[in-house]
Amino acid sequence: MMNLTLKIWRQADAKSQGKMETFKVTEISEHMSFLEMLDVLNEQLINEGKDPVAFDHDCREGICGACSLYINGQPHGPDRAITTCQLHMRTFKDGDTIYIEPWRAKAFPVIKDLVVDRTAFDRIMQSGGYVSVNTSGNTIDANAIPIPKEDADNAFDAATCIGCGACVAACKNASAMLFVSAKVSQLALLPQGKVERQDRVLNMVEQMDKEGFGNCTNTGACSIECPKEISLENIARLNREYLMASLTK
Amino acid sequence: MAARSALLKSSLAKKYWMSLTGLFLCLFLIVHLAGNLTLLKDAADAGPAFNAYTEFMTSFPLIKISSYLLYFSILFHAIDGILILTRENKKARPVNYASNKAERNSIWASRNMGVLGTAIFIFIVLHMANFWFKYKFTDIAMDPGDLPDMYGIVVASFQEGWYTAVYVVSMIVLGFHLWHGFESAFQTLGINHHKYSPIIQGVGRFYSVVVPALFAIIPIYIFLNL
Ligand code: HEM
Ligand code: SF4
Ligand code: FES
Repeated sequence: MMNLTLKIWRQADAKSQGKMETFKVTEISEHMSFLEMLDVLNEQLINEGKDPVAFDHDCREGICGACSLYINGQPHGPDRAITTCQLHMRTFKDGDTIYIEPWRAKAFPVIKDLVVDRTAFDRIMQSGGYVSVNTSGNTIDANAIPIPKEDADNAFDAATCIGCGACVAACKNASAMLFVSAKVSQLALLPQGKVERQDRVLNMVEQMDKEGFGNCTNTGACSIECPKEISLENIARLNREYLMASLTK
Repeated sequence: MAARSALLKSSLAKKYWMSLTGLFLCLFLIVHLAGNLTLLKDAADAGPAFNAYTEFMTSFPLIKISSYLLYFSILFHAIDGILILTRENKKARPVNYASNKAERNSIWASRNMGVLGTAIFIFIVLHMANFWFKYKFTDIAMDPGDLPDMYGIVVASFQEGWYTAVYVVSMIVLGFHLWHGFESAFQTLGINHHKYSPIIQGVGRFYSVVVPALFAIIPIYIFLNL
């Protein structure tokens, strides 16, 4: 059991000025997940008649990408390759002070407290458009097309991106390159995705720039902090795809 | 529609130009260094060798053409790097974190390319004013071989402690800039391959230590020995 001091960003709504506020929680079990610890805090706040701390969460098993907390100076906390919901309180010690902040980026404005608006990612995905696969009744089994194992593996790895935005949060430039590169790669590597690959990469990068994300300077922070360990090779692939598309299209 | 301005205005385009101008500057530094190393010869040989080198660098047509490319690259790299990249990137995060452990996910040099670059730019201006400007626009004494005696000017400069110190510190700054920059330039161009990237990284780290170190040894040698 541990007692903790929490420094949490509170902000009433998108327009209000926010600030860090200090809270105390007691008797936290090391078996709790980080979000369960916040549930304890919120129950306490509700009992005191106060406004609970708003934070995003859904699956609580590391697959949806909803949870998004900047914990003690790192997205999803100090552990590697996990989301906030997979972070356990055993990572902390009795008496610790924990900073909890929202993702910080112009393209991810705060909605309330720790919840940010990540629809910029949705708009980037939409700008990528469709994949020309026949779905009108005579659909071809995807397995009927031979694909080199390495390409299939790389595409699958890229496809594990859950769109959480930790890459943007970690990046000193608030760049969305790791996310966009994962989305571009998962399709560009496979035959089904090759048909529109040039338009896709041009449009997704254009949308990424419009949303106000920063420019990548290859610090590599994104990949280190990514809960799915999306590799920087994807960013290189995006750079290649974009260069070829803009030279030839 | 997206394609038309893609190579000029997009975030990636800025990076491609940054990378190409940066790598061109890396190439230039090798040529520059090769010339400077003649300064380490015996005092009797160093003068004529260095003066012949400066004469060659300022009159050989191919080098003259590439010198304009070089001025352009430095200016472009600096403007693109500071006014566009670094400034835009600051704007992309209007509110900073109260607690941020960036050192746990990236190296210091990679997060300070703008500051390191600005320091190099100031050094380049000082360096140009001291050597290039004097060579082009002032009367310089002739050496026995009837070539402008740049060697004399260089030796006089490096006998000043402060100038030697500024030079050495600037080379350390350059080393940090290139420790990240060299590798980064290849990633920007999309060159990341499990076979070649370790080689690029090795060459980059070797380059970023050895080239600035050799540049820095010359003023130290002159300061201590001449
Ligand atoms: C001889 C001098 C210089 C050399 C050899 C050099 C080399 C490089 C290289 C190779 C890169 C990597 C490009 C990339 O990531 O794609 C780079 C990036 C950069 N340089 Fe320079 N540079 C020099 C001077 C400068 C100056 C004078 C400035 C600014 C006034 C500057 C500012 C920057 C910035 C802001 C970046 C971007 C950081 C990044 O993308 O990682 N550099 N430089
Ligand atoms: S690349 Fe990683 S950090 Fe970025 S959105 Fe996808 S899963 Fe999250
Ligand atoms: S709540 Fe779904 S990944 Fe954390």
